Amino acid sequence: MTITNDADPRTPLLSVQDLNVRFPTEDGLVHAVRGVDYELHSGEVLGIVGESGSGKSVTSLAVMGLLPGSARVTGSVKYRGQELLGLSDRAMSRVRGKGVSMIFQDPMTSLDPVYRVGFQIEETLRVHDPKLSSKAAEARAADLLALVGIPNAAERVRSYPHEFSGGMRQRVVIAIAMANQPDVIIADEPTTALDVTVQAQILEVLQTALSETGAAMVMITHDLGVVAGIADRVLVMYAGRPVEVGGVEDIYYEPRMPYTLGLLGSLPRLDASTKQRLTPIKGSPPSVVNMPPGCPFAPRCPLHVAECDAVEPELVEVGHGHAAACIRIDEVRKAEGDAATVFEDSSDDATLTTEPAPATPQEETAR
Amino acid sequence: MTATREPILSVRGLEKHFPIKGGGLIKRTVGAVRAVDGLDLDLYPGEVLGLVGESGCGKSTTGRAILNLQPATGGSVVFQGRDIVGLGRKEMRPLRRDIQIVFQDPYASLNPRLPVFDIVAEPLIIHGLTKDEAELRERVRTLVETVGLNPEHTNRYPAEFSGGQRQRIGIARALALEPKVLVLDEPVSALDVSIQAGVINLLEDLKERLGLSYLFIAHDLSVVRHISDRVAVMYLGKIIEVAPRDVLFEAPTHPYTQALLSAIPLPDPRLERSRQRIIITGDVPSPANPPSGCRFRTRCQKFANQLDDTQREKCMTVEPPLESRGTDHQSACHYAEALKVL
Ligand SMILES: Nc1ncnc2c1ncn2[C@@H]1O[C@H](COP(=O)(O)OP(=O)(O)O)[C@@H](O)[C@H]1O
Ligand SMILES: Nc1ncnc2c1ncn2[C@@H]1O[C@H](COP(=O)(O)OP(=O)(O)O)[C@@H](O)[C@H]1O
Ligand code: SF4
Ligand code: SF4
Ligand SMILES: [Mg+2]
Ligand SMILES: [Mg+2]
Repeated sequence: MTITNDADPRTPLLSVQDLNVRFPTEDGLVHAVRGVDYELHSGEVLGIVGESGSGKSVTSLAVMGLLPGSARVTGSVKYRGQELLGLSDRAMSRVRGKGVSMIFQDPMTSLDPVYRVGFQIEETLRVHDPKLSSKAAEARAADLLALVGIPNAAERVRSYPHEFSGGMRQRVVIAIAMANQPDVIIADEPTTALDVTVQAQILEVLQTALSETGAAMVMITHDLGVVAGIADRVLVMYAGRPVEVGGVEDIYYEPRMPYTLGLLGSLPRLDASTKQRLTPIKGSPPSVVNMPPGCPFAPRCPLHVAECDAVEPELVEVGHGHAAACIRIDEVRKAEGDAATVFEDSSDDATLTTEPAPATPQEETAR
Repeated sequence: MTATREPILSVRGLEKHFPIKGGGLIKRTVGAVRAVDGLDLDLYPGEVLGLVGESGCGKSTTGRAILNLQPATGGSVVFQGRDIVGLGRKEMRPLRRDIQIVFQDPYASLNPRLPVFDIVAEPLIIHGLTKDEAELRERVRTLVETVGLNPEHTNRYPAEFSGGQRQRIGIARALALEPKVLVLDEPVSALDVSIQAGVINLLEDLKERLGLSYLFIAHDLSVVRHISDRVAVMYLGKIIEVAPRDVLFEAPTHPYTQALLSAIPLPDPRLERSRQRIIITGDVPSPANPPSGCRFRTRCQKFANQLDDTQREKCMTVEPPLESRGTDHQSACHYAEALKVL
């Protein structure tokens, strides 16, 4: 197998094109991921943000080949130019860990409760280096634990997962993810279950891991603070699709998609002494079963006009490396990043969105 | 400002210890989880007091003990001039009208088999507060409107509402008895930010319109800064700092408050990347076996890096009391010093 294709540095490490994932369910086909495109280059951190259910996890599981067999996956996922979709399990497991490795929110997804953590790291090392001596493997496991900041690493290799706190377990998982010096680490909400002081420790460990291995990273989170600190580029997902992508400063200071603007405006700020009123986004994300045509954000969008319902807007370039899926980007530009000029600061939430409710007169006046 | 007024709720030395049972046939008590371990706080009429701290520090236990849902094992909770610790169900009933609680999980806290009307009407019926069916309907309608929902939807079941809407139903129910105080236990933590913002706006409006006081429990300090007038920080069952909102965020004096504020990432790339971060080590110790002296000393960056041996000795042996650091500002550290971290 030849997966070394470093010759052309412009070939992205990871390239995802028109990725679609559908799950057959009793309620119909759940179209969880509806055309995701992104590229990840060496040394880069891509942040993926979006509300729960927007398809962040399913996208990553599809990239890793970890979705259940019932999932229908189409499109393309290339690692160093090599297509991963459709690879056999054996071929895929050669890529996992060494090429691309993954960190989940719950460390116990990756750890086996009945084995000592050192053994689990050694096993990971052996997958890609079967001839590694047990002595060398043991030493390397201890080094890795030390690198992720576990005190007394040489002794802690003999501990079981339950003997560690949540934060320490996540460190072990990072050690395993780094073990074979992967090119890409995909981290799906790696700090969401942790307290903020421990989150700060883990983010620091991740940064160390990146600089030690030179790996690129996809950081999935719903926390816009975490992404602001770590990402070079940001992809905003809504209803299974990227609706805005750009450099981290473009996204935070010059958002062009109303949804991005709305998300930022709904965040209370730790560093603001004035009590500025928040601007919520009315309603809830749409169901991804039988999506109506048009812009998926339309029912919640204050800039919505009839034209938005015709076809789903494509991502259009709005600046260098910055694209947004909205037909009214000029209106959004006029807001200059201030959500309050577009979104209301209302406090009611009167529309039921769990079913396509017939428009009662009441709901019409609420618009 | 608050010094001259009478608190509506005054908690002193509150303790809630959970016994730890040993193994074997005879389950003897072998220790205690000191979930709340000597906690003082005052809530003044019309104010929002934020109560923050990391998971397991005892926030929810404090909330439940204040409402006598889970009786305290020590201390006093004086509500409207009366100590409620040790009161039985019947004696609590008239007080229940004045103090209500809203829980975090909008999915678990509403009965899925009851339509919204019944959920909101239930407290009114139990307390016999409406004289007839027509009045009951009118009251429920008003309550549902008050929390920003459509009163036409009261015949629907909780499953038909979004998470944010369910939390509003919980709030409507809590408001049914026209309480003076709401204890809000992580009321927006389970919601996505775009929806959370609407519930926060609602809580702000209700407080103004109905003249409520809130004990607002949360782990998210950004939300707490936004909504609170004063903020109390908890660590291992105790308050370690309390101050007016802007004082706490601009000039925290306790090393734990400083570390906590410093750890929170800001949704602003330039600011976030230019910050100096205080990263404290380790995890929160078990509340079954808190450290001697100052409970924070095992993680305190000041203890580890700035103190000499004599000073450290004091941290290890003497528990620091809450002491005044200025108007309405107290903290529990032997070497408290204001530090700007944001
Ligand atoms: N195995 C599955 N079967 C059916 N639907 C699924 C499955 N996994 C995920 N989904 C659905 O796909 C959508 C996207 O989920 P997910 O990627 O987990 O969202 P996120 O990570 O952004 O919160 C959701 O509507 C979810 O319910
Ligand atoms: N019923 C209980 N029995 C034993 N321990 C409990 C019980 N309820 C809470 N605790 C313990 O008390 C401590 C404080 O819990 P809690 O008040 O829920 O914290 P918080 O709300 O701040 O996260 C934790 O260590 C928790 O495990
Ligand atoms: S296309 Fe229309 S509905 Fe969609 S985000 Fe833009 S303005 Fe709003
Ligand atoms: S008393 Fe000592 S250990 Fe405790 S917070 Fe202050 S300096 Fe740190
Ligand atoms: Mg997810
Ligand atoms: Mg709690």
